[in-house]
Amino acid sequence: MADKQNQKYEKPKNRKGTMLRLGAYMMKYKFMLLLALALTVGSNVMALIGPMLSGYAIDAIELGEGKVDFPRVFYYAGLMVVFYLFSSLLSYALAVLMINISRKVVYRMRHDVFHRLLELPVGYFDTHQTGDIISRISYDIDTVNTSLSNDIVQILTTVITVIGALFMMVVISPKLVLIFAFTVPLSIVITKYLTSKTRPMFRLRSRKLGELNGFVEEMISGQKTLKAYNQEENTIARFDGKNEEAVEAYYKAEYYGSVVGPSVNFVNNLSLTLVSTFGAFLFLHGQLSVGKISSFVLYARKFSGPINEAANIISELQSALAAAERVFNMIDELPEPADSENAIALEHTDGDVRLENVSFGYNNDITVIKNLNLHAARGKLVAVVGPTGAGKTTLINLLMRFYDIDDGNIYVDNNDIRDITRSSLRRSYAMVLQDTWLFQGTIFENIAYGRADATYDEVVAAAKAAKIHSYIKRLPDGYDTILTDDGTNISKGQKQLLTIARAMLMDARMLILDEATSNVDTRTEIQIQQAMRRLMEDKTCFVIAHRLSTIKNADVILVVNHGEIVEQGSHKELMAKKGFYSQLYNAQFE
Amino acid sequence: MKKVITYYLRPYYARMAFGFVIKFVGTIMDLCLPWILAYMIDTVIPQGKQGDIFFWGVVMFICSVLALVFNVIANRMASRVARDTTRAVRHDLFERIMWLSHSQTDRFTKPSLISRLTTDTYNVHQMLGRVQRLGVRAPILIVGGILVTLTLDPVLTLVLVSVMPVIAFITIYVSKKSIPMYTALQAAVDQFVRIIREDVAGIRVIKALSKTDYEKEKYDAVNKEVVGRERKADTTMAVVNPSMNMFLNLGLVFVVLAGAYRVNAGLCEVGKILAFLTYFTIILNAMINISKMFVIISKAVASADRIVEVIEAPPEMLCGVFERLENEDAFIRFDHVSFSYKGGEPDVEDISFALKRGETLGILGATGSGKSTIAQLLMRFYDADSGAVYIGGEDIRSIETKALRDKFGVVFQNDTLFEQSITENIRLGRQLSDEQVKEAVLYARAKEFVEEKGRGYDKLVNIRGANLSGGQKQRVLIARALAAHPEILVLDDSSSALDYKTDAALRHELAEHFRDTTKVIIAQRISSVMYADHILVLDDGKMIGYGTHDELMENCEIYREISVSQIGEGEGA
Repeated sequence: MADKQNQKYEKPKNRKGTMLRLGAYMMKYKFMLLLALALTVGSNVMALIGPMLSGYAIDAIELGEGKVDFPRVFYYAGLMVVFYLFSSLLSYALAVLMINISRKVVYRMRHDVFHRLLELPVGYFDTHQTGDIISRISYDIDTVNTSLSNDIVQILTTVITVIGALFMMVVISPKLVLIFAFTVPLSIVITKYLTSKTRPMFRLRSRKLGELNGFVEEMISGQKTLKAYNQEENTIARFDGKNEEAVEAYYKAEYYGSVVGPSVNFVNNLSLTLVSTFGAFLFLHGQLSVGKISSFVLYARKFSGPINEAANIISELQSALAAAERVFNMIDELPEPADSENAIALEHTDGDVRLENVSFGYNNDITVIKNLNLHAARGKLVAVVGPTGAGKTTLINLLMRFYDIDDGNIYVDNNDIRDITRSSLRRSYAMVLQDTWLFQGTIFENIAYGRADATYDEVVAAAKAAKIHSYIKRLPDGYDTILTDDGTNISKGQKQLLTIARAMLMDARMLILDEATSNVDTRTEIQIQQAMRRLMEDKTCFVIAHRLSTIKNADVILVVNHGEIVEQGSHKELMAKKGFYSQLYNAQFE
Repeated sequence: MKKVITYYLRPYYARMAFGFVIKFVGTIMDLCLPWILAYMIDTVIPQGKQGDIFFWGVVMFICSVLALVFNVIANRMASRVARDTTRAVRHDLFERIMWLSHSQTDRFTKPSLISRLTTDTYNVHQMLGRVQRLGVRAPILIVGGILVTLTLDPVLTLVLVSVMPVIAFITIYVSKKSIPMYTALQAAVDQFVRIIREDVAGIRVIKALSKTDYEKEKYDAVNKEVVGRERKADTTMAVVNPSMNMFLNLGLVFVVLAGAYRVNAGLCEVGKILAFLTYFTIILNAMINISKMFVIISKAVASADRIVEVIEAPPEMLCGVFERLENEDAFIRFDHVSFSYKGGEPDVEDISFALKRGETLGILGATGSGKSTIAQLLMRFYDADSGAVYIGGEDIRSIETKALRDKFGVVFQNDTLFEQSITENIRLGRQLSDEQVKEAVLYARAKEFVEEKGRGYDKLVNIRGANLSGGQKQRVLIARALAAHPEILVLDDSSSALDYKTDAALRHELAEHFRDTTKVIIAQRISSVMYADHILVLDDGKMIGYGTHDELMENCEIYREISVSQIGEGEGA
């Protein structure tokens, strides 16, 4: 349905771009990051002081049997206690700091992605699975989050120790460091190769999990239908297929990703082997003392430890990047085009709506509305009738600017609606749709949804007018009863009455009723008719209905068939014409 | 969590053990290297024999290769076990969800079921893989390290080990404290799922009322809540690592002090204390690695419990043995049925009616009067609180659910179209030929638009049927209900979006081609039910009229009122 509005530009799958954007998120917290960096440096320096202190203590012990310098031992032991206490506090502070930074980043990302979501054109929601959207907001961002809070410190630590150790090694023996000129590029090449191999796997893994979520969401939503048709087993079998794909993608990514760790480790081991062997040869040629080899090896190991750790988390980083990419892709979806620059905000509308030569199609191949002309003057009642699927609801999509027309113009009070801000245009309509929508919240909140400042009395008055008050009163919690999305305690007709009450509270000049009472029984309908009339009073109304009795007294009746207005006129005129409308009208008595 | 380990991992115990051995060997190879290195520096190099140096170099190389190979193999095995276990857990969870009774689903809520199936199984998967891959090396290092220190000086080792219980206590205590926090976190994630589902479904209304900012705020509140709970849980867990560090290091201070006394007393040498310190560093690092894993484990425990809670939910709506009605001539019989969703005031009360095979029952009544409830009870989505429902003389509680549901074709009030082709939506997994599908499309008066240019039977239905109009959706759903020529057809207000002409045509098709099908039709329009064999008029859950159109026009005030309002005084009757 939304092919046209969702023409996505192919986004380059760019790892650097993703990293930069993630970086940009973190840079919002520069000072915290700087502090984290300082703490990391601090704790790494501390890591050197600890052994130093114990070294001094041991020097005091070294004097041997009966000669141990206890005061000095105690002195240093005391220092050690203070020092370790301090360093633990420091590392706790670092951990908490990192948790806070990553939470802030994650909050921001979730915020951005959801805010963008609500700005997307309605067509997006008709073509994207809710489960996949959920997956991006929960799982994908979660993955990023885990990686941020754990891996960043690790990487910082690695960088710091590697630089430090490298410096020390150069001081001891520049020749031996040459070995690293061979092994370090080797591990970089291996890592690069493996990560380029696994990158698509991690992408696939995120995608498959999203698909699984999409499937699960759809099936659980339709559970009742599936049960009614004994489809439990078939659905489980289909689920197994999706599940298989998801775990397999996960497995592949995890397995190949976990090759990186041992491989880098292998290169490290290789350099140790080379260092000791070549170090030995250097010793044989009198160029290096055993002591120097020994301390060189010590630093080389210091060097390899963090690199190993870093290699082990590469797969996590990759899955975080793949996840971040999906999140950014969603943030990059094109929102509803911005309001035009000098768009005006409608404040007091008269309610004069005019359509001129309007044409529209959801896809380029099928035109749903062809060359429609219509003038609904202030306070007029326009009824739209026609067989199902003739494009009645489409008209509403266009009036509310859920979709933009392909051709022609729509005017409200002589303003082209493309020159009006979307939100003010939409607010100038009150709307009751066939697909009622209520959210989890109290009945009061649901009725007052369109007008946040509504008082209790106003809400009750609206509910009374919509003939739902006595029902609400009978509920144990009355207006504070919480509606749940799968609530069994409320029928569809009651939902419609609630949405009618919602519309009644709104102060709009234009009103759209799309099958507003299709699930309300006729008696109740008659009872609310008076209220409906009051609701429609002075308003320009667009009514879509099948019960032709409700639209008999419309000012204009549009008869739509196959996307075209086939007849237009009042009930009397159309009946006299004995055309399509009179056929439709008479059919209800057959 | 216990169930995951004792039940789901059980088939893989052998594989895990084997993987562990391989990992063990690989790790030992890895650990041998520094040892060989030390040997080379201390012994081989000072001797200066080129051959020996070369030999040990080769040994080191071989060790490196073996470490690589074994670790990769072990990782692969670990990932496989994690994959197979997760697959089984997820399968069982989904299976159980599909078989949950309606009231159970209501209790768990759908958003929660969705997040249990997705984020919770994911947490378990992650834990299973990571613990197996990374959880071997650290314990080996710790145990190995302690064993070596024992050979150096048992007394000093004991001093060091004496801080272990404190560390274990802290770790377990903090984890225990954090598990409920992670459970609470997951509950907040449920809210996330809820809001997203809700807003996606209501996007048109939200936009129409310009409530996007309001919804954003609502979401931000949940986002804050989730982030707050995450922070709380993670910050709690963050205590483990530094405190572990601190206590181990305090242990080290004790070792130095004890060492001082022992050296002074001539019981120990300084060299040993030095060596002790080296091994201590290894143990410390390993402990830190383990503490990192506790976060994942705590999270997974919380998730596993949420999963198992669903899997172990007791089966409801089982088949029982109930008396058969003798000499039953009715096909469907409601016998004084009362039912309440929430156990309070009954939603339907004392409903009785009987239909012969092929007859049609029309149900009419005010909004919220319990019409749909009768359909739900007939299909046994809920069990009646009192009274009984019979089909073919058998209490439906004694009919196997599958056999029971097989009798039905149904369209619910808010029925679901799936993101599949039109044919697949009609077939819905049943063994129906293309002809049957086409026939059903014809009967449901959907042929015209299905076969329209640019559509066709294979045309994909968008999410929530968004590329179909309300009436088209209903016709596809009706085709689904008719396709298998069911014994019983239930249409719950499913022609509300059809125009009168289509509705009338549909009634003709039903009368002509579905003679043997017993029909239960819930409607608002009197014209949809006026030709039914029996009409049931409901008001506030009670029967206030039952009979044919003519009878009801005579004796049911409300029915007459409805009729007059809809079709006028003379025309209909």
